Amino acid sequence: MSRETVVNFILAALLLAVPLLANAVGQPFYITLATRIAILALAATGLNLALGLGGLVSFGHAAFFGIGGYAAGILATHGFSGEPLVFGLSGTNQMLVIWIVAAVTAGLAGLAIGAISLRTSGVYFIMITLAFAQMVYYFAVSWPAYGGEDGLSILVRNQFPGVSTMRPLSFFLICYVVLLAAIGLFALIRASRFGSALQAARQNPVRVATVGIRPFRIRLTAFAISAMMTALAGALFADLNRFVSPSMLSWHMSGELIVLIILGGTGRLFGPLAGAALYVIIEYALGGITERWQFFLGLILLGVVLFARGGLLGFIAGKARHG
Amino acid sequence: MTFALALEQLLNGLQLGVMLFLMAAGLTLIFGVMGLINLAHGSLYMVGAFACATVAAWTGSFWLGLFASLACAAAAGAIVELLVIRRLYDRDHLDQVLATFALILIFSEGTRWMFGSFPLYLDIPPLLQGAVPLPGGTQYPLYRLAIIAAGALVAFALYLLISRTRLGIRIRAGESDREMIGALGVDIRTLYTVVFALGAALAGFAGAMVGALQSVQVGMGEPVLILAFVVIVIGGIGSIKGALLGALLVGVVDTMGRFLLPKLFVLFVPPSQAGMIGGALASMLIYIVMALILAVKPRGLFPPAHA
Repeated sequence: MSRETVVNFILAALLLAVPLLANAVGQPFYITLATRIAILALAATGLNLALGLGGLVSFGHAAFFGIGGYAAGILATHGFSGEPLVFGLSGTNQMLVIWIVAAVTAGLAGLAIGAISLRTSGVYFIMITLAFAQMVYYFAVSWPAYGGEDGLSILVRNQFPGVSTMRPLSFFLICYVVLLAAIGLFALIRASRFGSALQAARQNPVRVATVGIRPFRIRLTAFAISAMMTALAGALFADLNRFVSPSMLSWHMSGELIVLIILGGTGRLFGPLAGAALYVIIEYALGGITERWQFFLGLILLGVVLFARGGLLGFIAGKARHG
Repeated sequence: MTFALALEQLLNGLQLGVMLFLMAAGLTLIFGVMGLINLAHGSLYMVGAFACATVAAWTGSFWLGLFASLACAAAAGAIVELLVIRRLYDRDHLDQVLATFALILIFSEGTRWMFGSFPLYLDIPPLLQGAVPLPGGTQYPLYRLAIIAAGALVAFALYLLISRTRLGIRIRAGESDREMIGALGVDIRTLYTVVFALGAALAGFAGAMVGALQSVQVGMGEPVLILAFVVIVIGGIGSIKGALLGALLVGVVDTMGRFLLPKLFVLFVPPSQAGMIGGALASMLIYIVMALILAVKPRGLFPPAHA
């Protein structure tokens, strides 16, 4: 077992142990903190598929995160009020249905955004994904039906069969299992033929094309899967806060998701989890000391980018394998 | 809808476009010469506005404030370039995005630390107060016309600087071949600092001018920054001409869209819904335009030949 695998196991175990312990001693706040870590890690794992494996620096993944959040919020609102949504279909408070709707909607949005954005590359790609996310953001702000700028409250957390989702620990466990499943899926994709093609397209698109694989299709598929995973995290995030607002769609959110990956270590299986944990801990620890924690977060981030490029996992587990 | 109202909106659009050009010119210059994507450009815009508001409040003179905004933004740009940015030229775009994103956090929180969370206000200088009659019988604020004129003047000066001066020759040479002008004995590191400071000064100037129209507050640069990105993507990254045309296009399309779309939808749907649909569509309009342009020309309208 490599050193990185050991570190990965420890990370996963720690993320499970802390809420269990917090639950035992009656400190539900730390369970919420751990849930936040799990959800942000899930969102960043989704982005890591496009960014880490595919080398597609999407600066607009907040769009998918927010689409997932709004899917949860809108379905729950209609489920609660009993008003039909569209074509006579009613809303729902079932998480499983919500997740499917969130993932499918974001997947379609990902296909549309990707189809245009992937025609470009480099800086153009960064900026066009940013612009598309802004488009969704401004739409959410200016469309008053679902709260507009004020956002949308979810009165009761959505239901999962056989689990009481209002208990913090139960909700954490749902998020935890989803996160592990997503990381597993990420590992499967990375090891698959599709994953090899995707990574090859990042390293040398011309060669990939020469072998007879169109990089565009591979990238588009990866972008859509990545969008779906991030949207799933968005739906869970909405349920965690029982609130959705355009801030989930803002470009700060897109930046944060990239930050999570870099803090943890780019292209690593557990990088997003390490990054999310570090980020939430920094936010909590610095936020306790000073109101100006973002100033210091900026300094830390600058330090990591300039001097510690492997991120947290690079620091603990050594250099990444070529992948 | 009258002709006068439409003319007024068109002028507003031009004014927005001119301000966007000042931002976009710096961004596109920095990208063209150094290959750097600078998210913190909006922070320099904010620095300019804060410098102008502070100095104007101290001295009572808007003009001193305007001068201070140029000086402070250029100085902030030069310092940031020396400390951080010059380590990023050889890095990939991801690192550049992150490092400049970190700079935004530092600038925003730092400014909030120094000036508090309340917005500052900047008065329009007495010389430029008042309004000018427009054909059609309405009045248009003189200050907004002055912004359009100042922007056009800066655009012309920039054109002269780049096409007629030694510095301009070096900038153009730097855009087409970095190694070569280094080999020819030009001190490329100083050139980079100068270009960055120049871009920063343009952003600071824009911030100060707009600061008198809106409140001066933390985060004011971010919406403008993203619009400026749209501008340079439409215009072709690295092209000043593209930045100018892109900026005017975005400014006019955005303003006219907000003005006309709700009126257009009244023809099809009830007025209450027309406002909603038209408003929502108008706020997305420039992004739709951008997507359409990129679908046809993925490298923008005026892609630099060598890139």
